Amino acid sequence: MTVRPQPLIVGAGPAGVRAAGALVAAGLRPLVVDEAPACGGQIYRQRLVDDGRSTRSLYGSEAPKAERLHRDFAAFEGRIDYWPQALVWSLGDGEAHVALAGRNRKVAYDGLILATGASDRVLPVPGWTLPGVFTLGGAQIALKSQGCAIGSRVVFAGAGPLLYLVAWQYMKAGVNVAAVLDATPLMAKRHLLRGLALEPAIILRGMRFAAELRLRGVAIHYAVEDFAIVGETRVTGVRWRQGGHERSLVCDSVGYGLALRSETQLADLAGCRFTFNERDRAMLPERDISGRSSVVGVYLAGDGAGIAGADAAELAGERAALALLEDRGLPYPPVRALDLERKLTRISRFRDVLEAAFPYPAHWAKRVADDTLICRCEEVTAGTLRQSVRDFAVDEINRLKAVSRIGMGRCQGRFCGASAAEILAAETGRGIDAVGRLRAQPPVKPLPMTLADEKQEAAQ
Amino acid sequence: MQLFHRIARQDHAPVPFTLDGRSCVGREGDTLLTAILNAASAVRVSEFSGNPRAGFCQMGACQDCWVTLGTGERVRACTTPLVAGMEILTGKGAAS
Amino acid sequence: MRGRLNVDVAIIGGGLVGSSAALALRAMGMSVALIDSRYCGAQASGVNYGGVRRQGRPPEQLPLAQRAHAIWPRLKERIGIDGEYLCSGHLKLAANETDMASLEAYAAKVSDYGLDLELIGHNDLRRRFPFLGKNIVGASFCPGDGHANPRLVASGFAAAARRAGAHVLENTPVREITRDGGGFVLEAGDVIDVYTPVVVNSAGAWGDEFAALFGEPVPLTRIYPSMVVTEPLAPVLTVNIGMEGGGVYARQVERGNCIVGGERVQPLADPDFSRPRGETALTMMNRAAALFPGLRHAHVIRSWSGTEGMIADRNPVIGPSSTTPGLIHAFGFSGAGFQIAPGVGEVLAELVRDGRSTTPIGAFSISRFAADARQSIDRTIHGSGAEREPEPQQRGV
Ligand SMILES: Cc1cc2nc3c(=O)[nH]c(=O)nc-3n(C[C@H](O)[C@H](O)[C@H](O)COP(=O)(O)OP(=O)(O)OC[C@H]3O[C@@H](n4cnc5c(N)ncnc54)[C@H](O)[C@@H]3O)c2cc1C
Ligand SMILES: Cc1cc2nc3c(=O)[nH]c(=O)nc-3n(C[C@H](O)[C@H](O)[C@H](O)COP(=O)(O)OP(=O)(O)OC[C@H]3O[C@@H](n4cnc5c(N)ncnc54)[C@H](O)[C@@H]3O)c2cc1C
Ligand code: FES
Repeated sequence: MTVRPQPLIVGAGPAGVRAAGALVAAGLRPLVVDEAPACGGQIYRQRLVDDGRSTRSLYGSEAPKAERLHRDFAAFEGRIDYWPQALVWSLGDGEAHVALAGRNRKVAYDGLILATGASDRVLPVPGWTLPGVFTLGGAQIALKSQGCAIGSRVVFAGAGPLLYLVAWQYMKAGVNVAAVLDATPLMAKRHLLRGLALEPAIILRGMRFAAELRLRGVAIHYAVEDFAIVGETRVTGVRWRQGGHERSLVCDSVGYGLALRSETQLADLAGCRFTFNERDRAMLPERDISGRSSVVGVYLAGDGAGIAGADAAELAGERAALALLEDRGLPYPPVRALDLERKLTRISRFRDVLEAAFPYPAHWAKRVADDTLICRCEEVTAGTLRQSVRDFAVDEINRLKAVSRIGMGRCQGRFCGASAAEILAAETGRGIDAVGRLRAQPPVKPLPMTLADEKQEAAQ
Repeated sequence: MQLFHRIARQDHAPVPFTLDGRSCVGREGDTLLTAILNAASAVRVSEFSGNPRAGFCQMGACQDCWVTLGTGERVRACTTPLVAGMEILTGKGAAS
Repeated sequence: MRGRLNVDVAIIGGGLVGSSAALALRAMGMSVALIDSRYCGAQASGVNYGGVRRQGRPPEQLPLAQRAHAIWPRLKERIGIDGEYLCSGHLKLAANETDMASLEAYAAKVSDYGLDLELIGHNDLRRRFPFLGKNIVGASFCPGDGHANPRLVASGFAAAARRAGAHVLENTPVREITRDGGGFVLEAGDVIDVYTPVVVNSAGAWGDEFAALFGEPVPLTRIYPSMVVTEPLAPVLTVNIGMEGGGVYARQVERGNCIVGGERVQPLADPDFSRPRGETALTMMNRAAALFPGLRHAHVIRSWSGTEGMIADRNPVIGPSSTTPGLIHAFGFSGAGFQIAPGVGEVLAELVRDGRSTTPIGAFSISRFAADARQSIDRTIHGSGAEREPEPQQRGV
């Protein structure tokens, strides 16, 4: 009798942890691989060392959830294999390659749950590569896990719930917040009223953040256009246009982001089929409500296959694990599965509300000046992209990559792919859903030349 | 001239390192990025324009914070813990 | 409704071979349709290693290689961009005395072709190319060889052909070819029928399928060479490097990235696609780090592979069909078509116009497989990409 290899879970954020829990409960022993040194993912990220601050001050209202997640994961010890600080850099057809402490480990898996999470979504604006500009998530990591402010007079700009949350967290930590620049119009916020019925606590918390910011004298500007960051060798200020007026502010740092984008490279390498998702305005791996992808035995959970937030990630992680159990012919609790699906559907409706309240200003990419860098890694400008589209009669994003280098750098298009697609669509007069998506290539992140090859790990 | 300002861990054990030859002190629990940006305003320069960069995402996604160590080794500053005695080079290209 | 296009020449396959032929034919004033099932220059021609190398080719390829050699420095005039062509020289390394002996034998054999090969012993080698590791016995240097950016060159030829008035039809696979009186009708994609007296088959790794259609089977197999590329580095490799007997090749582009190849991979379920396996990438990385100590601390940021048509004698098929007047073949470049392709394009244009070429191509005749033709090869045009869905389909793990 041959032993089936163990299931592989990539990511130990809310989705990955809950997936592991459900598999453990069914008596399976998954391998959990995560790049971070400790579980928690982005939102419940842990500090490298204790710094005297309480979990409450780190995670705010979400502190109980964070504590529960960390505690539950710790309790899996002995019943899972867990490789922290390990990067899954290539996978497919039942085999993953993991870089761990300078060595490569090849792992055979039977059942794959991808819970790879998300990173900030941005569109290029003038000055966005200057020292002092960080993503909203980056600004939050500095504060939460490193106990540092990104500057002494900070402007927060962009769109989405994280904008107000991070600005509020900085203000609470005693940092001088110069202003909040919201790309979306105040009018759009009326959609939040619809959200009250679905998730009253979240909506009220968001309103409280905005109110407390104002109370402390932080100016909030809506419908910000032509946002630009100013400085020679580091940030010295920002400028923008609002209702036809030029505005500017002095500051030494900027937290900037336009909600989140899914980390989909591994799903691509696993062979998952992608379709265009209107809400995220992105090509995403297809998944059904249970988390099944288009590939048998590959499951997608959490923000890695579409943005839905941390609570949804926990539910989706568990649901995906139940799907794996069912597909493996093992007993699973169908009532629980239905309950999870019902909750996920409800959160999805709430996501629609948030998207309406914080519409993504895709037009920023179309209008961006020719001399603005689109690709930070390879320093490709908007002008070069437009020129390449014309010179080579390009109508597809991978062709644009081939002739312009967009997406070829160290980050593999994570931070330029979306805006390059917007520019390509605008230049060719096609829909954003018709220009394709950058194909993933291993390694999904830079890999040392000397990474030592190791014989296949005997799994289980 | 530093970018960052500490809010916590000010009293943690000092961790000495050098930044482009200059002696600096980080704190226990620092990533390289934190240590560098508490002492300077950039972590690297772009290979192409030579413009300064100071990272962006702080979560290992944008890859805009790679630095070279005295050993020649290349590391991603935002996901690498600071170790006493590290010699960090910000201006150097990737090859040794 | 299907459109109809009448042209003097229809070219199947917009790789570097087909695109450069299209441009040359336009320069002669002929009307041309350049047809690709996907995008011009997106297959082998656009994803190859970028070696512009004459050294190491069999002598029968050298006249063609010399013809192409004259074109590479003039890309800017011809297609408007230089394709990042660098005349860096090509250094072929010997890992042991046996390999050094074969480098010497090769240099003697091709001494009449003007490659100006220079044999370099161990000590000189270390002095002139200090980035090399210790275990190299000697090398052969071809100063006029170099490298270029494949992504730009093939697309550049296709774009130039388009500007020169060629009908460039992309995402239009040729599904069917029928005879129409003395000429041909090509069913291209869902949209157009191309009527033409002359067909050039430059369909790369898929060229054998069109040859078979006309009763000339060619024993072509597919190979999938693969590459890795590093982040941008300070200058390390000053020349394009190869290794006698294979195993590793490497070059550094002006922006600093080092490209390393030397291994092949297996195709995915769909034989049109492949992807480097983890081991393959690691093997190449580790080898390069050992051979070039200066790359020891570098990181690899991408890997890829491509589909190439391979013929056992390592020579392509170039020349008129032996069964069908008006049909001209140029495919199966066996892993080394990038350097010679611009020359092949000119030769093809001559063949169309004059029925013969000023460059000797006899060795590449399709009739060399006539003996094989008796074994019938049962194949369809499955490689055209015609029936492929835009996204991969459900596949088991
Ligand atoms: C920087 C940042 C800050 C955020 N802050 C908040 C907040 O304050 N409040 C809020 O409600 N939401 C916040 N969000 C959103 C929230 O983090 C997500 O909704 C939630 O974390 C999703 O959980 P997840 O399990 O899907 O993914 P994540 O929590 O992102 O976990 C994914 C895990 O997978 C790992 N991983 C990914 N790829 C690989 C690989 N190839 N190999 C190994 N490991 C891999 C990652 O390292 C990570 O640990 C934030 C998001 C980001 C990016
Ligand atoms: C990874 C790799 C590395 C290499 N390195 C080097 C190198 O360093 N130096 C060197 O000299 N050579 C190298 N080669 C070989 C070289 O790239 C090829 O020999 C050369 O590009 C072949 O050009 P081509 O135009 O014949 O083929 P291709 O570029 O493959 O073009 C053939 C075209 O035909 C099209 N086609 C196929 N079927 C149909 C159809 N039914 N209808 C319409 N169109 C169709 C395809 O879409 C394709 O675009 C390498 C090859 C690979 C794959
Ligand atoms: S700051 Fe983005 S990877 Fe380090």
